[in-house]
Amino acid sequence: MNAPICSLTPSILAESTAARVSLAAPCARFSLRARGDLGPLEGALGLTLPGRIGTRADAGMLQAMCLGPDEWVLHAPESAASGVLSACEAVYATHPHSLVEISGREVTFVIEGPRAAELLTLGCPRDIETIAVGEGRRTLFDGATVLLLRDEETLFRMDCWNSFAPHLRHLLETGCRELAAEAL
Amino acid sequence: MLLIRCPYCEETLPEAEFTYAGEAHIIRPERPSDQTDEQWEEYLFIRTNVKGAHYERWRHMHGCGRFFNAVRDTVSDRFLTTYKAGAPRPDLSTLTESQK
Repeated sequence: MNAPICSLTPSILAESTAARVSLAAPCARFSLRARGDLGPLEGALGLTLPGRIGTRADAGMLQAMCLGPDEWVLHAPESAASGVLSACEAVYATHPHSLVEISGREVTFVIEGPRAAELLTLGCPRDIETIAVGEGRRTLFDGATVLLLRDEETLFRMDCWNSFAPHLRHLLETGCRELAAEAL
Repeated sequence: MLLIRCPYCEETLPEAEFTYAGEAHIIRPERPSDQTDEQWEEYLFIRTNVKGAHYERWRHMHGCGRFFNAVRDTVSDRFLTTYKAGAPRPDLSTLTESQK
C-alpha cells in the first residue's frame, strides 16, 4: 500500500546552519469527511475530533487535524492503519462518513533549525507566525498545496504530494544554503 | 496582493490561497426543460458586470476548500465583506456605511 512512488528516501536532504530538511519515515494517513453527530466516530477513533480549522488532537499514536468544516486528516504509525480502518468501518452503518487511506499519496518533510520559519516564508504566502505551536494548516508552498504542521517553535512538518516532492525539495535545499550564506 | 477573509477559517489570508469562482447568487432554474432559450441563455451567460459593489464567489482552494461569497468593489478592489455560502445577501447600505 505504501509503495515508494517518490524517488526520495527517508534521510537528511539538506542541512546548513540555518535549518535542516529531512524526509520522515512513511506513516499511515487518512482523509476523513464526516458531518452531523461526530460522537460515534470519535468513540471509534478514541479521540475528540478538533472543531476549529487548523487545530489538532492526539490520542496515543493517532493524530487528527481539522482541515475544513467537515474534513480531517489523520496520521498514525503504519502498524495502526488497519486498526483505524476497522474501527471506523464498525460505525459506518449508523454514522455514514468517508475515510480514505492516502498514505501513499504524500511524503513528509521535517524542517527544523533556528531559521526554519524563515525558510518556509520562501514558498508560503501566509504569515507563518499565524500558525501556533501545536497547530497546523493546509496552505500553499511554491504553487503546491501542502499541509504545514508546527510541532515546536522551530520544528515543522510539511506533507506534500509525491509528484511535488522533488520540486519542493530543491527549493528547500536552495533556501537552506541561501539562509546560511546570508548569516556569514 | 489582495487579502481575503475566509468566513470558514476566520482568518485573513493572501489571495494566492484562493480562486475566483464567478458571480454569486445565480440560481439554477428548477426545471431547465421549461425554460425558453432566452431564459436559459440568461442563466448561463448573462452577468451583471457591475461597476462598484459586486457579489461574487470565491473558493479557499489551498485551505479549507470551501466556496464562500464576497462583496468586492470592482473599482477599488476592496473587499467589503465575505460571508458563508448559503447566507443571504448582506445589505449593501450597511456595508458602504461601515467602509467610510
